[in-house]
Amino acid sequence: MQTYQPNGWTALGDPTRRTIFERLADRPQAVGELARELPVSRPAVSQHLKVLKDAGLVVDRREGNRRIYRLDPDGLSDLRTQLDRFWNKALAAYKDVVEQDTQEVS
Amino acid sequence: MTTQAQASSVRTEIVVDAPIERAFRVFVEDFDKVKPREHNMLAVEIAETVFEPRVGGHVYDRGVDGSECRWARVLAYEPPERVVFSWDISPQWRPEGDPAKCSEVEVRFIAETPERTRLELEHRNLDRHGDGWEGLRDGVASPGGWPLYLQRYADGAIST
Repeated sequence: MQTYQPNGWTALGDPTRRTIFERLADRPQAVGELARELPVSRPAVSQHLKVLKDAGLVVDRREGNRRIYRLDPDGLSDLRTQLDRFWNKALAAYKDVVEQDTQEVS
Repeated sequence: MTTQAQASSVRTEIVVDAPIERAFRVFVEDFDKVKPREHNMLAVEIAETVFEPRVGGHVYDRGVDGSECRWARVLAYEPPERVVFSWDISPQWRPEGDPAKCSEVEVRFIAETPERTRLELEHRNLDRHGDGWEGLRDGVASPGGWPLYLQRYADGAIST
């Protein structure tokens, strides 16, 4: 069974989420503002924002009774997280291969 | 396996039960099995990943249709102890054509015993990629700026 872990690629694979992401690139906005300009319901926008947030693409902050969403500015941190995952996965695969190789020869 | 993080680099290491010569050789010759497959910048599935074992060589993915994506240049090749290659991939996981905006990966092999080797990997100079976020924003804004791989990821889950 595959485990689903939201990341930047899956999160942005959806056209509506891409649009939301682009809108937030223009300026930080609340759910209501986004929903007004999009052909989807407000709960749907909230759901998309949750996916984007889980993927580390947007952050939110409370402002009065509203929640304002914006892009996560910490791009380098995001890159490091991705590469860290990439190399740990690569080295785990490497260990499997190199030790399997040893066993076959000996 | 431990990971140590600094601002502009990623470090990790692993100890394997293999002599240093084998540890080095397998890393390069079997890099196809080492590199996680889901990171693919081609429009099609990857048939294989090739690590050219010489300074000036490349690391490239070859697609099932024969297309190729070179995503690293071999900067140092010193078997069985050290290999350094550039990382010509932008924070958006697209090929980066400007060497000034590429980071680099150094892999060192240290013999702990005749039968055991420690591999230390440092992916450094990440700040050369610039503000990845600005780049991602630009990528979103440009027409057709979405890499093909997004489409493949669009509908399904990725195993992680």
